[in-house]
Amino acid sequence: MNRRSFLATATAALVLPYQALALTKGQAESLVGKLVADINKVIASGKPVSGMIPEFERIFTRYGNVRAIARSSMGPDARRMTSAQESAYVKAFSGYLARKYGKQFDKFMSGNIQVTGASQKSKYFFVDGIASRSTGGAFEVTFVVRDSKFIDMHVEGVSVLKTERTEIGSMLDRRKGNIDQLIADLRKAG
Amino acid sequence: MQSESFNLKRPLGRTVAIVATLTLFAGCAADPNADPSAEIYDPYESANRKVHEFNRGVDRALFRPLSKGYGTVVPDGGRQIVSNFADNLSLPADIINNLLQGDVKSAGNNTYRFVFNTVVGIGGLADPATEFGIPRRKTDFGETFHVWGAEEGAYVELPLLGPSNQRDAVGTVLDFALDPVSMVVPNPEKYVGTAANVMDKLGDRYDAGDAIDTVLYESADSYAQAQSLYLQNRRFELGDSDQETYVDLYDDLLLLE
Repeated sequence: MNRRSFLATATAALVLPYQALALTKGQAESLVGKLVADINKVIASGKPVSGMIPEFERIFTRYGNVRAIARSSMGPDARRMTSAQESAYVKAFSGYLARKYGKQFDKFMSGNIQVTGASQKSKYFFVDGIASRSTGGAFEVTFVVRDSKFIDMHVEGVSVLKTERTEIGSMLDRRKGNIDQLIADLRKAG
Repeated sequence: MQSESFNLKRPLGRTVAIVATLTLFAGCAADPNADPSAEIYDPYESANRKVHEFNRGVDRALFRPLSKGYGTVVPDGGRQIVSNFADNLSLPADIINNLLQGDVKSAGNNTYRFVFNTVVGIGGLADPATEFGIPRRKTDFGETFHVWGAEEGAYVELPLLGPSNQRDAVGTVLDFALDPVSMVVPNPEKYVGTAANVMDKLGDRYDAGDAIDTVLYESADSYAQAQSLYLQNRRFELGDSDQETYVDLYDDLLLLE
Protein backbone atom coordinates (compact mmCIF):
# COMPACT_ATOMS: atom_id res chain seq x y z
CA MET A 1 0.00 0.00 0.00
CA ASN A 2 1.74 3.20 -1.06
CA ARG A 3 1.44 6.48 0.73
CA ARG A 4 -1.19 7.94 -1.56
CA SER A 5 -3.57 5.00 -1.51
CA PHE A 6 -3.09 4.71 2.24
CA LEU A 7 -4.06 8.35 2.75
CA ALA A 8 -7.05 7.96 0.45
CA THR A 9 -8.44 4.97 2.29
CA ALA A 10 -7.63 6.52 5.65
CA THR A 11 -9.63 9.60 4.70
CA ALA A 12 -12.47 7.41 3.50
CA ALA A 13 -12.37 5.55 6.79
CA LEU A 14 -12.87 8.84 8.64
CA VAL A 15 -16.34 9.27 7.23
CA LEU A 16 -17.45 5.70 7.76
CA PRO A 17 -19.45 4.92 10.88
CA TYR A 18 -17.40 1.96 12.10
CA GLN A 19 -20.05 0.29 14.14
CA ALA A 20 -22.72 0.30 11.46
CA LEU A 21 -20.76 -1.35 8.65
CA ALA A 22 -19.55 -4.86 8.20
CA LEU A 23 -15.82 -4.44 7.83
CA THR A 24 -13.95 -5.25 4.67
CA LYS A 25 -10.29 -6.21 4.55
CA GLY A 26 -9.40 -2.81 3.14
CA GLN A 27 -11.24 -1.08 5.95
CA ALA A 28 -9.47 -3.23 8.53
CA GLU A 29 -6.16 -2.24 6.98
CA SER A 30 -6.99 1.44 7.03
CA LEU A 31 -8.13 1.15 10.64
CA VAL A 32 -4.64 -0.12 11.41
CA GLY A 33 -3.20 2.79 9.47
CA LYS A 34 -5.19 5.29 11.50
CA LEU A 35 -4.23 3.65 14.79
CA VAL A 36 -0.53 3.69 13.92
CA ALA A 37 -0.72 7.30 12.70
CA ASP A 38 -2.34 8.39 15.96
CA ILE A 39 0.22 6.56 18.05
CA ASN A 40 3.03 8.09 16.04
CA LYS A 41 1.59 11.55 16.58
CA VAL A 42 1.74 11.01 20.32
CA ILE A 43 5.30 9.71 20.15
CA ALA A 44 6.36 12.63 17.94
CA SER A 45 4.86 15.13 20.40
CA GLY A 46 8.10 15.01 22.35
CA LYS A 47 6.35 14.65 25.68
CA PRO A 48 7.99 12.56 28.37
CA VAL A 49 6.72 8.98 28.50
CA SER A 50 4.54 9.79 31.54
CA GLY A 51 2.77 12.46 29.49
CA MET A 52 2.15 10.06 26.61
CA ILE A 53 0.46 7.38 28.71
CA PRO A 54 -2.92 9.16 29.09
CA GLU A 55 -2.89 9.78 25.32
CA PHE A 56 -2.27 6.08 24.67
CA GLU A 57 -5.11 5.22 27.01
CA ARG A 58 -7.40 7.47 25.00
CA ILE A 59 -6.26 5.79 21.79
CA PHE A 60 -6.83 2.29 23.20
CA THR A 61 -10.33 3.19 24.31
CA ARG A 62 -11.14 4.80 20.99
CA TYR A 63 -9.88 2.03 18.73
CA GLY A 64 -9.96 -1.04 20.90
CA ASN A 65 -12.64 -3.06 22.58
CA VAL A 66 -11.05 -2.51 25.98
CA ARG A 67 -14.06 -3.89 27.80
CA ALA A 68 -13.83 -7.20 25.93
CA ILE A 69 -10.06 -7.40 26.37
CA ALA A 70 -10.34 -6.60 30.08
CA ARG A 71 -13.10 -9.12 30.74
CA SER A 72 -11.36 -11.78 28.67
CA SER A 73 -8.14 -11.23 30.60
CA MET A 74 -9.96 -11.95 33.81
CA GLY A 75 -11.59 -15.03 32.41
CA PRO A 76 -14.76 -16.73 33.72
CA ASP A 77 -14.59 -14.78 37.00
CA ALA A 78 -15.58 -11.71 34.98
CA ARG A 79 -19.15 -12.93 34.95
CA ARG A 80 -19.53 -12.54 38.69
CA MET A 81 -18.69 -8.83 38.72
CA THR A 82 -21.42 -6.33 39.49
CA SER A 83 -21.77 -3.61 36.87
CA ALA A 84 -20.16 -1.09 39.22
CA GLN A 85 -17.23 -3.44 39.76
CA GLU A 86 -16.94 -4.00 36.04
CA SER A 87 -16.78 -0.27 35.28
CA ALA A 88 -14.09 0.18 37.87
CA TYR A 89 -12.22 -2.86 36.62
CA VAL A 90 -12.30 -1.86 32.94
CA LYS A 91 -11.09 1.64 33.81
CA ALA A 92 -8.27 0.29 35.98
CA PHE A 93 -7.35 -2.25 33.32
CA SER A 94 -7.19 0.35 30.57
CA GLY A 95 -4.78 2.47 32.62
CA TYR A 96 -2.67 -0.59 33.43
CA LEU A 97 -2.53 -1.57 29.74
CA ALA A 98 -1.57 1.95 28.67
CA ARG A 99 1.26 2.08 31.20
CA LYS A 100 2.56 -1.42 30.58
CA TYR A 101 2.60 -1.25 26.78
CA GLY A 102 2.88 2.48 26.31
CA LYS A 103 6.35 2.30 27.83
CA GLN A 104 7.43 0.07 24.96
CA PHE A 105 5.75 2.03 22.21
CA ASP A 106 8.50 4.46 21.42
CA LYS A 107 10.81 1.50 21.02
CA PHE A 108 8.68 -0.64 18.79
CA MET A 109 5.74 1.33 17.49
CA SER A 110 7.48 4.47 16.35
CA GLY A 111 8.45 4.67 12.74
CA ASN A 112 7.01 2.63 10.02
CA ILE A 113 4.53 -0.15 10.10
CA GLN A 114 4.27 -1.53 6.63
CA VAL A 115 1.07 -3.48 6.13
CA THR A 116 1.89 -6.67 4.27
CA GLY A 117 -1.54 -8.25 4.08
CA ALA A 118 -4.89 -8.87 5.66
CA SER A 119 -7.14 -11.88 5.89
CA GLN A 120 -10.53 -12.62 7.33
CA LYS A 121 -11.24 -15.74 9.31
CA SER A 122 -14.74 -16.06 10.69
CA LYS A 123 -15.55 -12.72 12.37
CA TYR A 124 -11.89 -11.74 12.76
CA PHE A 125 -9.64 -9.69 10.56
CA PHE A 126 -5.92 -10.31 10.85
CA VAL A 127 -3.86 -7.42 9.52
CA ASP A 128 -0.19 -8.35 9.14
CA GLY A 129 2.60 -5.85 9.09
CA ILE A 130 6.30 -5.31 9.54
CA ALA A 131 7.39 -2.75 12.09
CA SER A 132 10.81 -1.19 11.77
CA ARG A 133 12.28 0.08 14.97
CA SER A 134 14.01 3.44 15.15
CA THR A 135 17.04 1.66 16.66
CA GLY A 136 17.12 -0.78 13.76
CA GLY A 137 15.70 -4.23 13.38
CA ALA A 138 12.34 -5.22 12.05
CA PHE A 139 9.71 -7.51 13.43
CA GLU A 140 6.37 -8.94 12.53
CA VAL A 141 3.16 -7.61 13.98
CA THR A 142 -0.44 -8.63 13.49
CA PHE A 143 -3.47 -6.60 14.49
CA VAL A 144 -6.72 -8.42 15.12
CA VAL A 145 -9.99 -6.61 14.52
CA ARG A 146 -13.52 -7.74 15.25
CA ASP A 147 -16.67 -5.67 14.81
CA SER A 148 -14.52 -2.70 13.84
CA LYS A 149 -12.58 -2.68 17.09
CA PHE A 150 -9.14 -4.06 17.93
CA ILE A 151 -9.25 -7.06 20.19
CA ASP A 152 -5.64 -8.18 20.06
CA MET A 153 -2.17 -7.48 18.76
CA HIS A 154 0.61 -10.00 18.12
CA VAL A 155 4.27 -9.06 18.18
CA GLU A 156 6.54 -11.79 16.79
CA GLY A 157 3.87 -14.30 17.65
CA VAL A 158 3.17 -13.04 21.17
CA SER A 159 -0.48 -12.18 21.69
CA VAL A 160 -1.28 -9.38 24.12
CA LEU A 161 -4.61 -10.99 24.96
CA LYS A 162 -3.06 -14.39 25.73
CA THR A 163 -0.30 -12.79 27.77
CA GLU A 164 -2.69 -10.67 29.79
CA ARG A 165 -5.00 -13.64 30.33
CA THR A 166 -2.10 -15.37 32.05
CA GLU A 167 -1.03 -12.32 34.01
CA ILE A 168 -4.43 -11.13 35.23
CA GLY A 169 -5.20 -14.75 36.09
CA SER A 170 -2.03 -14.84 38.22
CA MET A 171 -2.88 -11.50 39.85
CA LEU A 172 -6.35 -12.70 40.77
CA ASP A 173 -4.95 -15.97 42.16
CA ARG A 174 -2.52 -14.03 44.33
CA ARG A 175 -5.42 -12.06 45.75
CA LYS A 176 -7.37 -15.25 46.30
CA GLY A 177 -10.07 -14.23 43.83
CA ASN A 178 -10.72 -10.87 45.46
CA ILE A 179 -11.76 -8.68 42.55
CA ASP A 180 -11.89 -5.41 44.48
CA GLN A 181 -8.31 -5.99 45.61
CA LEU A 182 -7.33 -6.73 42.01
CA ILE A 183 -8.91 -3.48 40.86
CA ALA A 184 -7.06 -1.51 43.52
CA ASP A 185 -3.76 -3.11 42.56
CA LEU A 186 -4.31 -2.65 38.82
CA ARG A 187 -4.53 1.09 39.38
CA LYS A 188 -0.93 1.04 40.51
CA ALA A 189 0.40 -1.69 38.21
CA GLY A 190 2.09 -1.46 34.82
CA MET B 1 30.95 -23.51 28.21
CA GLN B 2 33.68 -26.15 28.00
CA SER B 3 33.84 -27.09 24.33
CA GLU B 4 36.43 -29.73 25.07
CA SER B 5 34.07 -31.77 27.18
CA PHE B 6 31.75 -32.04 24.20
CA ASN B 7 34.48 -32.63 21.69
CA LEU B 8 32.95 -35.11 19.32
CA LYS B 9 36.30 -36.65 18.57
CA ARG B 10 35.93 -38.22 22.00
CA PRO B 11 33.62 -41.23 21.98
CA LEU B 12 31.82 -40.27 25.18
CA GLY B 13 30.79 -36.83 23.94
CA ARG B 14 29.53 -38.25 20.70
CA THR B 15 27.58 -41.00 22.46
CA VAL B 16 25.90 -38.55 24.81
CA ALA B 17 24.78 -36.39 21.93
CA ILE B 18 23.41 -39.33 19.95
CA VAL B 19 21.60 -40.89 22.91
CA ALA B 20 20.05 -37.55 23.82
CA THR B 21 18.80 -37.11 20.27
CA LEU B 22 17.35 -40.62 20.09
CA THR B 23 15.55 -40.15 23.40
CA LEU B 24 13.87 -37.13 21.89
CA PHE B 25 12.37 -39.08 19.06
CA ALA B 26 11.55 -42.10 21.19
CA GLY B 27 9.36 -39.91 23.34
CA CYS B 28 7.60 -38.59 20.25
CA ALA B 29 4.86 -41.12 19.81
CA ALA B 30 4.09 -41.36 23.50
CA ASP B 31 3.70 -37.63 24.05
CA PRO B 32 0.09 -37.05 25.08
CA ASN B 33 0.24 -33.32 24.54
CA ALA B 34 1.78 -33.32 21.10
CA ASP B 35 -0.34 -30.49 19.66
CA PRO B 36 1.97 -27.48 19.63
CA SER B 37 -0.87 -25.01 19.83
CA ALA B 38 -2.47 -26.73 22.80
CA GLU B 39 -2.37 -25.64 26.40
CA ILE B 40 1.00 -25.53 28.06
CA TYR B 41 2.42 -28.93 29.01
CA ASP B 42 4.45 -28.40 32.18
CA PRO B 43 4.83 -31.60 34.23
CA TYR B 44 8.10 -30.38 35.73
CA GLU B 45 6.63 -27.13 37.00
CA SER B 46 7.95 -27.26 40.57
CA ALA B 47 11.50 -27.98 39.43
CA ASN B 48 11.18 -25.34 36.73
CA ARG B 49 10.03 -22.74 39.22
CA LYS B 50 13.12 -23.35 41.34
CA VAL B 51 15.34 -22.86 38.31
CA HIS B 52 13.38 -19.71 37.47
CA GLU B 53 14.05 -18.23 40.90
CA PHE B 54 17.71 -19.09 40.49
CA ASN B 55 17.78 -17.42 37.08
CA ARG B 56 16.08 -14.33 38.42
CA GLY B 57 18.65 -14.13 41.17
CA VAL B 58 21.48 -14.35 38.67
CA ASP B 59 19.83 -11.74 36.49
CA ARG B 60 19.32 -9.37 39.36
CA ALA B 61 22.78 -9.84 40.81
CA LEU B 62 24.81 -10.18 37.66
CA PHE B 63 23.28 -10.09 34.24
CA ARG B 64 21.13 -7.01 34.62
CA PRO B 65 23.79 -4.76 36.17
CA LEU B 66 26.38 -6.03 33.69
CA SER B 67 24.07 -5.29 30.79
CA LYS B 68 23.39 -1.79 32.11
CA GLY B 69 27.11 -1.21 32.42
CA TYR B 70 27.76 -2.52 28.94
CA GLY B 71 24.92 -0.52 27.43
CA THR B 72 25.99 2.66 29.17
CA VAL B 73 29.68 2.43 28.41
CA VAL B 74 29.52 1.08 24.87
CA PRO B 75 27.38 3.14 22.50
CA ASP B 76 24.83 1.61 20.15
CA GLY B 77 27.24 1.56 17.22
CA GLY B 78 29.85 -0.34 19.15
CA ARG B 79 27.31 -2.85 20.45
CA GLN B 80 26.08 -3.36 16.90
CA ILE B 81 29.61 -4.27 15.80
CA VAL B 82 29.91 -6.86 18.56
CA SER B 83 26.51 -8.21 17.61
CA ASN B 84 27.46 -8.45 13.93
CA PHE B 85 30.65 -10.28 14.81
CA ALA B 86 28.86 -12.82 17.02
CA ASP B 87 26.09 -13.35 14.46
CA ASN B 88 28.59 -13.92 11.69
CA LEU B 89 30.31 -16.66 13.66
CA SER B 90 26.98 -18.43 14.13
CA LEU B 91 26.44 -18.75 10.39
CA PRO B 92 28.41 -21.99 9.75
CA ALA B 93 26.23 -23.77 12.32
CA ASP B 94 23.13 -22.24 10.71
CA ILE B 95 24.22 -23.54 7.32
CA ILE B 96 24.56 -27.07 8.69
CA ASN B 97 21.08 -26.88 10.18
CA ASN B 98 19.64 -25.45 6.97
CA LEU B 99 21.02 -28.46 5.08
CA LEU B 100 19.76 -30.90 7.70
CA GLN B 101 16.33 -29.32 7.30
CA GLY B 102 16.53 -29.66 3.54
CA ASP B 103 16.40 -25.88 3.22
CA VAL B 104 18.85 -25.39 0.38
CA LYS B 105 17.75 -21.81 -0.26
CA SER B 106 18.55 -20.69 3.28
CA ALA B 107 21.81 -22.62 3.22
CA GLY B 108 22.74 -20.67 0.11
CA ASN B 109 21.67 -17.36 1.62
CA ASN B 110 23.62 -17.99 4.80
CA THR B 111 26.71 -19.04 2.85
CA TYR B 112 26.45 -15.81 0.92
CA ARG B 113 26.03 -13.87 4.18
CA PHE B 114 29.03 -15.53 5.75
CA VAL B 115 31.37 -14.94 2.83
CA PHE B 116 30.13 -11.45 2.10
CA ASN B 117 30.16 -10.22 5.68
CA THR B 118 33.52 -11.81 6.41
CA VAL B 119 35.17 -10.28 3.34
CA VAL B 120 33.31 -7.03 2.68
CA GLY B 121 32.20 -6.69 6.29
CA ILE B 122 35.77 -7.08 7.48
CA GLY B 123 35.70 -10.25 9.51
CA GLY B 124 31.98 -9.91 10.19
CA LEU B 125 32.24 -6.60 12.06
CA ALA B 126 29.80 -5.05 9.63
CA ASP B 127 26.67 -6.55 8.07
CA PRO B 128 26.51 -5.33 4.47
CA ALA B 129 24.70 -8.53 3.40
CA THR B 130 21.47 -7.29 5.03
CA GLU B 131 21.66 -4.06 3.00
CA PHE B 132 22.12 -6.24 -0.09
CA GLY B 133 18.86 -8.00 0.58
CA ILE B 134 19.99 -11.14 2.41
CA PRO B 135 18.88 -10.56 6.00
CA ARG B 136 19.65 -12.70 9.00
CA ARG B 137 17.45 -15.64 9.80
CA LYS B 138 18.64 -17.72 12.72
CA THR B 139 18.12 -21.41 13.07
CA ASP B 140 19.28 -24.13 15.44
CA PHE B 141 19.12 -27.85 16.16
CA GLY B 142 15.80 -27.41 17.95
CA GLU B 143 14.31 -26.22 14.69
CA THR B 144 15.97 -29.08 12.80
CA PHE B 145 14.35 -31.58 15.16
CA HIS B 146 11.04 -29.80 14.67
CA VAL B 147 11.39 -30.10 10.90
CA TRP B 148 12.19 -33.79 11.34
CA GLY B 149 8.95 -34.24 13.27
CA ALA B 150 9.84 -33.98 16.94
CA GLU B 151 7.23 -32.32 19.14
CA GLU B 152 8.30 -29.70 21.63
CA GLY B 153 7.63 -31.95 24.62
CA ALA B 154 7.48 -30.61 28.15
CA TYR B 155 8.32 -27.04 29.03
CA VAL B 156 11.61 -26.67 30.85
CA GLU B 157 13.43 -23.69 32.25
CA LEU B 158 17.17 -24.16 31.94
CA PRO B 159 19.71 -22.73 34.37
CA LEU B 160 21.18 -19.53 32.94
CA LEU B 161 19.75 -20.22 29.50
CA GLY B 162 16.15 -19.60 30.54
CA PRO B 163 12.91 -20.92 29.04
CA SER B 164 13.08 -23.86 26.67
CA ASN B 165 11.37 -27.18 26.01
CA GLN B 166 12.57 -30.77 25.91
CA ARG B 167 13.20 -30.79 22.17
CA ASP B 168 14.97 -27.44 22.14
CA ALA B 169 17.02 -28.25 25.24
CA VAL B 170 18.55 -31.23 23.44
CA GLY B 171 18.99 -28.97 20.45
CA THR B 172 20.91 -26.52 22.59
CA VAL B 173 23.31 -29.26 23.72
CA LEU B 174 24.03 -30.05 20.09
CA ASP B 175 24.30 -26.35 19.22
CA PHE B 176 27.14 -26.06 21.72
CA ALA B 177 28.68 -29.43 20.85
CA LEU B 178 28.64 -29.16 17.10
CA ASP B 179 29.54 -25.53 16.53
CA PRO B 180 31.83 -25.80 13.52
CA VAL B 181 33.62 -22.55 14.23
CA SER B 182 34.73 -23.64 17.69
CA MET B 183 35.78 -27.02 16.26
CA VAL B 184 37.94 -25.51 13.57
CA VAL B 185 39.43 -22.51 15.35
CA PRO B 186 42.28 -23.37 17.71
CA ASN B 187 42.58 -22.34 21.34
CA PRO B 188 42.51 -19.67 22.64
CA GLU B 189 41.05 -17.82 19.61
CA LYS B 190 37.84 -19.85 19.69
CA TYR B 191 36.93 -18.15 22.97
CA VAL B 192 36.81 -14.81 21.22
CA GLY B 193 33.63 -16.05 19.60
CA THR B 194 32.20 -17.13 22.96
CA ALA B 195 33.10 -13.78 24.49
CA ALA B 196 31.43 -11.96 21.60
CA ASN B 197 28.36 -14.11 22.12
CA VAL B 198 28.12 -13.25 25.80
CA MET B 199 28.56 -9.56 25.05
CA ASP B 200 25.89 -9.80 22.36
CA LYS B 201 23.48 -11.27 24.93
CA LEU B 202 24.29 -8.46 27.37
CA GLY B 203 23.51 -6.01 24.58
CA ASP B 204 20.17 -7.71 23.95
CA ARG B 205 19.38 -7.55 27.65
CA TYR B 206 20.18 -3.85 27.65
CA ASP B 207 18.12 -3.03 24.55
CA ALA B 208 15.08 -4.91 25.78
CA GLY B 209 15.70 -3.72 29.35
CA ASP B 210 12.32 -2.20 30.18
CA ALA B 211 10.33 -5.06 28.70
CA ILE B 212 12.40 -7.71 30.46
CA ASP B 213 12.26 -5.85 33.75
CA THR B 214 8.50 -5.64 33.52
CA VAL B 215 8.21 -9.36 32.96
CA LEU B 216 10.77 -10.47 35.54
CA TYR B 217 10.21 -7.96 38.32
CA GLU B 218 6.79 -6.38 37.92
CA SER B 219 4.62 -9.38 37.14
CA ALA B 220 2.34 -11.17 39.51
CA ASP B 221 3.91 -14.41 38.26
CA SER B 222 7.12 -13.91 36.31
CA TYR B 223 7.47 -17.66 35.78
CA ALA B 224 4.10 -17.92 34.03
CA GLN B 225 4.78 -14.75 32.02
CA ALA B 226 8.22 -15.90 30.83
CA GLN B 227 6.78 -19.30 29.96
CA SER B 228 3.86 -17.83 28.03
CA LEU B 229 6.02 -15.36 26.13
CA TYR B 230 8.64 -17.96 25.30
CA LEU B 231 6.21 -20.61 24.05
CA GLN B 232 4.20 -18.15 21.96
CA ASN B 233 7.31 -16.70 20.37
CA ARG B 234 9.08 -20.01 19.78
CA ARG B 235 6.04 -21.60 18.15
CA PHE B 236 5.72 -18.53 15.97
CA GLU B 237 9.43 -18.72 15.02
CA LEU B 238 9.00 -22.31 13.94
CA GLY B 239 5.95 -21.49 11.87
CA ASP B 240 3.67 -23.33 14.24
CA SER B 241 1.27 -20.58 15.05
CA ASP B 242 -1.76 -20.60 12.89
CA GLN B 243 -4.34 -17.88 12.64
CA GLU B 244 -7.04 -20.56 12.54
CA THR B 245 -6.21 -21.59 16.09
CA TYR B 246 -6.50 -17.96 17.13
CA VAL B 247 -10.07 -17.94 15.85
CA ASP B 248 -10.92 -20.81 18.20
CA LEU B 249 -9.03 -19.14 21.01
CA TYR B 250 -10.84 -15.85 20.58
CA ASP B 251 -14.21 -17.56 20.32
CA ASP B 252 -13.47 -19.33 23.61
CA LEU B 253 -11.71 -16.53 25.40
CA LEU B 254 -13.46 -13.36 24.32
CA LEU B 255 -16.17 -12.39 26.74
CA LEU B 256 -17.96 -9.88 24.62
CA GLU B 257 -21.11 -9.79 26.66
